[in-house]
Amino acid sequence: MLASFLHAAVIAGTPLSFAILGEILTERAGKLNLGVEGLMLMGAVIGFKTALLTSNPFLALCGAALAGAAGALIFAFLTVTLRSNQVVTGLALTIFGTGFASFVGQGLAGFVTPEQVKSFFHPLPLPLLSRIPFLGEVLFDHSIFVYAGYLVVIAAYFYLYKTRFGLNLRAVGENTAAADAAGINITKYKFVHILAGGILAGLGGAFLSLVYVPTWQDNITTGRGWIAVALVIFCKWNPIRIFIGAFLFGGLDIIGFRLQGLNIHISQYFFDMLPYIVTVLILIMMSVKDSKESSPPAELGRPYFREDK
Amino acid sequence: MIQIVKKGETSKKKKILIHISALFFALLTASLFILLMGHSPLKVYLSMIQGAFGTSYRLSETIVKTIPLVITSLGIALAFRMKFWNIGAEGQIIMGAFGASWFALSYPHLPSWILLPLMALGGLIGGGLWALIPAFFRARFRTNETIFTLMLNYIALKWITYLQNGPWKDPGALGFPKIPNFHEHAVLPRLFGIHIGWLIALILVALSALFINRTKKGYEIQVIGESENTARYAGINVPGTILTTIFLSGALCGLTGMIEASAINKTLSVEITGGVGYTAIITAWLANLKEPLIIVVSFLFAAMIQGSSYIQMAFQIPQSAAEILQGLILFFVLGSEFFIRYRIHIRRNPVKGVS
Repeated sequence: MLASFLHAAVIAGTPLSFAILGEILTERAGKLNLGVEGLMLMGAVIGFKTALLTSNPFLALCGAALAGAAGALIFAFLTVTLRSNQVVTGLALTIFGTGFASFVGQGLAGFVTPEQVKSFFHPLPLPLLSRIPFLGEVLFDHSIFVYAGYLVVIAAYFYLYKTRFGLNLRAVGENTAAADAAGINITKYKFVHILAGGILAGLGGAFLSLVYVPTWQDNITTGRGWIAVALVIFCKWNPIRIFIGAFLFGGLDIIGFRLQGLNIHISQYFFDMLPYIVTVLILIMMSVKDSKESSPPAELGRPYFREDK
Repeated sequence: MIQIVKKGETSKKKKILIHISALFFALLTASLFILLMGHSPLKVYLSMIQGAFGTSYRLSETIVKTIPLVITSLGIALAFRMKFWNIGAEGQIIMGAFGASWFALSYPHLPSWILLPLMALGGLIGGGLWALIPAFFRARFRTNETIFTLMLNYIALKWITYLQNGPWKDPGALGFPKIPNFHEHAVLPRLFGIHIGWLIALILVALSALFINRTKKGYEIQVIGESENTARYAGINVPGTILTTIFLSGALCGLTGMIEASAINKTLSVEITGGVGYTAIITAWLANLKEPLIIVVSFLFAAMIQGSSYIQMAFQIPQSAAEILQGLILFFVLGSEFFIRYRIHIRRNPVKGVS
């Protein structure tokens, strides 16, 4: 019972883990991208449309990643090259992405992910690991998309803390001027990580439309992009904590549905509010115990202009 | 080599020119999309204009769509001036509509001249209190208001969904989840053929401009927007000002909710906002948070929305095209600000050894 609940929570948390990771990389480069919701929607719709047209899971994933990257490229060009206001640019990206998704998704409502794509993402119990009692069922009996989620999170952790590139990236986020003076190509670092963030957000969206739902519906993300931005704070900009944040929220996402089966008479609409309410509570908690460890990259949200220094 | 230099003050004429060319490039980019869809951009744009202004009915529809945009933009501009990123207008409109609807549904037989002011009060308080929650935590603990206000949008929406399917469900609607229609006493009267919201909007524009430019509080808001530290050293009560301002910001959005519920929907529903809370973020920003400009930009955006619902019929272009166009315009204007603040020097012969 508990194992099957946690198993479902891991699936529900997977789109979030992609999006959170993307935003962590973006914010580590000093950029606050509030367009995650829009990027996820763009990835979701292009991934779904490509799947419908080609029935090829790889092309669908590539399409989603490209859509996310394209959206992120707009953000990067505007905020890095043209130094526009990051908050408003992010909002514009969300508005654009939402419009883009309902535009492309017009007439797709009700279509189901093609069988070839569905079977590709079918659960694939990992040998040996899936036989571990309890944990095996919760963690290692999933679609390869979920495993890919584990892998990118772990890889990002090592990238960020164990490689020179990661060290440079953290330097860019903490003190852009110093990083610049040390000869780090800050523009390149910013572009690369904003784009990586877009790709990950796009893939998170594609998980929703291809695996989780898996039909098309308007506004398929229902605020998950925004929750991801909030959970970056909860994760303290550390990828490894995504495993806690994303799967906790995966659990909140499905708890209403599960409890209905137990004949508990609380309106489902209150359960639907839960992820948003808990997000707010986490935001408050994190700001109340404002410690050094949980503080954002020092340059977050600030524009950088070499000639200013 | 290319060198970027910060400019001094750019003349007003040049600023306007830069913004207009941004708008032009946005429309040009949109034309590419329209061409790709196999339509003639010129024809589409012309019929958008026709759809928005072609007949007196369409013009009045455009004005009706301008009203909520103006009032909500005023509310958002108030918060943005303080660099308080209130993107929760959508939820504040909903909770304002909820407050107004509570009066409308509880006391349907009161005469209009008592009921309508009560509903307006309900709208102001509903929206104001809803905005006050994130404002309190921002003022007290510096909690991130952007995500907070946005989360409250979803919670407000679920709340109305609950009412619509539960306690407020109309028993006369044959099981269809809707809230009962208001009594005619709860419907705003018309003036010159359009509901009186237009007059309210104009009055609020004047009041907001006076408040920001001519009062001490308005000045303090602008100082906080420039720098919270400066404000603190100058002895301004920062938390207090945040709370009052954001209450007012939310109250304005809440009043939008009351007007839309009373004059347009004549009931409360989950579709009450029609996305106004998000569109108004764009209009407020494009108007540079200036009250008179808010009227102009809101009118143009209302025309765009009205026009795009018309081309949906004429060309089968989905109405979400309007959202894409809004996003594009905002992208280009945001990008164009660069050319207001910086100048690009292109030097032919870079001096060797110096970069």
